[in-house]
Amino acid sequence: MSLEQTINDWSKIRQRHPLPGSHPDLKWAMAIDLDACTGCNACVVACYAENNLPVVGKEKFAAGQAMHWIRIERYWNEGDEASPQQGAQFLPMLCQQCEAAPCETVCPVGATNHTPDGLNSQVYNRCIGSRYCSANCPYKVRYFNWYNYPEQEKVWPEPLPMQLNPDLTVRTKGVMEKCTFCVQRLTDARNAARTEGRPIRDGEVTTACAQACPTSAITFGNLSDPHSAVAQKWRLQRVELEKDRQLKDIDGSHPGLRGYRILEDLRPYPSIMYLERVRDNQA
Amino acid sequence: MNTVTQGKEKDIREDIAWAQINRDVLASLEQPRGTYWALFTMAFCMFLIGVACEAYQYDRGLGVSAMNNPDVWGLYIATFIFWIGMSHSGTLLSAILHIIHADWRKPIYRFAEAMTTFSLMTAGLFVAVHLGRVWQIYYALPYPNERWTWPNFQSPLLWDAMAIFTYLSSSILFLYVGAIPDFAICRDNATGWRKTFYEKLSLGWMGTDRQWRNFRVAYLVIACFLIPLAVSVHSIVASDFAMSQQPGWHITSFPPYFVAGALYSGCAAIITLFIMLRYTFRFEEYMTMPILDKTARLTFAIAMVWTYLNLIEYSSVWYGSDAVAKETLIQRATGPYAFWWWSMNFLGSVVPFTLIFKKLRANLTVMMIVSLLLNLGMWLERWMIVTPTFSHGYYPWTWDHTFFPSWVQWGIVFGSFGWFGMLFMLFCKLVPSVSMYEVKEMVFHRKLAKIHVREA
Repeated sequence: MSLEQTINDWSKIRQRHPLPGSHPDLKWAMAIDLDACTGCNACVVACYAENNLPVVGKEKFAAGQAMHWIRIERYWNEGDEASPQQGAQFLPMLCQQCEAAPCETVCPVGATNHTPDGLNSQVYNRCIGSRYCSANCPYKVRYFNWYNYPEQEKVWPEPLPMQLNPDLTVRTKGVMEKCTFCVQRLTDARNAARTEGRPIRDGEVTTACAQACPTSAITFGNLSDPHSAVAQKWRLQRVELEKDRQLKDIDGSHPGLRGYRILEDLRPYPSIMYLERVRDNQA
Repeated sequence: MNTVTQGKEKDIREDIAWAQINRDVLASLEQPRGTYWALFTMAFCMFLIGVACEAYQYDRGLGVSAMNNPDVWGLYIATFIFWIGMSHSGTLLSAILHIIHADWRKPIYRFAEAMTTFSLMTAGLFVAVHLGRVWQIYYALPYPNERWTWPNFQSPLLWDAMAIFTYLSSSILFLYVGAIPDFAICRDNATGWRKTFYEKLSLGWMGTDRQWRNFRVAYLVIACFLIPLAVSVHSIVASDFAMSQQPGWHITSFPPYFVAGALYSGCAAIITLFIMLRYTFRFEEYMTMPILDKTARLTFAIAMVWTYLNLIEYSSVWYGSDAVAKETLIQRATGPYAFWWWSMNFLGSVVPFTLIFKKLRANLTVMMIVSLLLNLGMWLERWMIVTPTFSHGYYPWTWDHTFFPSWVQWGIVFGSFGWFGMLFMLFCKLVPSVSMYEVKEMVFHRKLAKIHVREA
């Protein structure tokens, strides 16, 4: 941002965050249909496989030190606790790639930033592990490498290292990590498209979780491309990236709308729209 | 040993000879005997326990501290803030009371300043212990590099780094400059390696009129500089929490609340060390009971300020519209941390009422215990700020988890007290812990006051 632009737009910059129109060509976003989600965890497994996530074992999982970048949360209605195996609602929670991410401002060394294509980036080699980003994340979707998983905890005994994805690193102990929308796949796709001199086509690249989902609950794509599946879904639900309250919640005038974003009133402007589960009674 | 005139005890006797002041204080710098070595060894062992725990954690990874997602900050951050808080004692006593000409600070500010410096050094340890990759801690420093990467100046943690560095260097400077005339006295009375040591430290001080005038100005300038610095340092530490979004942290009154808590900790610690030094080095003439009385009353005043700010925090959350912040407060009072939270409130707000009673203020055992309890309350306060917010934040998936630190965390916290003890004990034997020239000033003023009273 040039000095001139900063001075001219000072009032706008201080009032509006994120700036509308900051991702004119490419903005990665997701839509997750909670009605279609069966809680099968295929997305979780796919994420583990794609992103070299260590399976930490029962003990560490119980201690809350798991590394699942996408996690399936289960919620029950009040009164259903007696029979928990029935009626759970499943919510896949992953890094929301917030446009005004609370984690980005607080990292002392600037290891987390915003990319031009709308992702919240985590720079592993810059991270010194202060964990302020995780402390400030409202969704708690950031995962810290509490141990040296490959070498000391031996989570990949031979020949399992052969399964690791060579397109990205295995993180060392002491760094923070989180969902990157499979940035290694996005980079590949971007490079391929640039080589061929064309924009990225919708459906050409997708994240591991979206790919694995058996009910196609996860839709991934370019929100700035008005013809992409994800942009159509957002538009259908009248959900807009730069608003902090969507039409569904403003009043009851559109009962058919299911699209919302989680913890929107904290105004991090997340990039994932969730489609509320269709219920047979008022929620 | 204090003479009582007109029914009022004085801060110090007015007929102590200069030579006696020198003798009494220099006696504390003599070759240490058995008890000293025993205590030093104990402090060293405590420190070694901390080192062992940290070595294990450094090797294995931070997971051994029992921290997890979402409980990413534990005792390290809490104790870090505790030690920074303790460091405000020196600034309060040295700088603030100096500017308002409260003479009773004179015999006790030297060790209070030392406490400030060593507290900051101990707090610095916790920054290192808390980081995931401490070997790259220098990334937080704005050094030029070929990638043109600078630290993130928007981050309160970085402001912390800047502020603490500045505060530490200013405190060391203040402690050192204030001790120059005393180093000269030590030099004049020492032999052997000590003489060379004090020669170097006293920078050729001869006590000339010009030197005294320059000295006064320099001291005053550093004191004036140090006061806003101290306030800003702890306000910045508070903004680590206040500038975040989390319920229970995002509270506007945190910066003054933390500063009040810091002054509170510092005063209580001064009382503790006062009693210990007075007994160990037989400083009854200088660290007199009236001075302890005044320190205790000051502690009570600060305790009430802290209580007030605490209550402000509770009421603003209770009557506010942030539902989650209110839930977090209720959870602190009724959830898994209720015992610690109520203890903190009891120790911080109720126990200081013992300081109202003159009889209790004059009882050294009671004061020792009370001061330790007050500091325990302040340590609990820091812990109660950090951990309960993680156990009840905005996100329901994180609720109903109780987080307690592992033995590694406790070991390192324990070790930090050993480290502080070691540093302080080294200080006691190398630097006069009572400011000789200032005590002489105090005695001189008393003499003058007495003469004027007699003349009137």
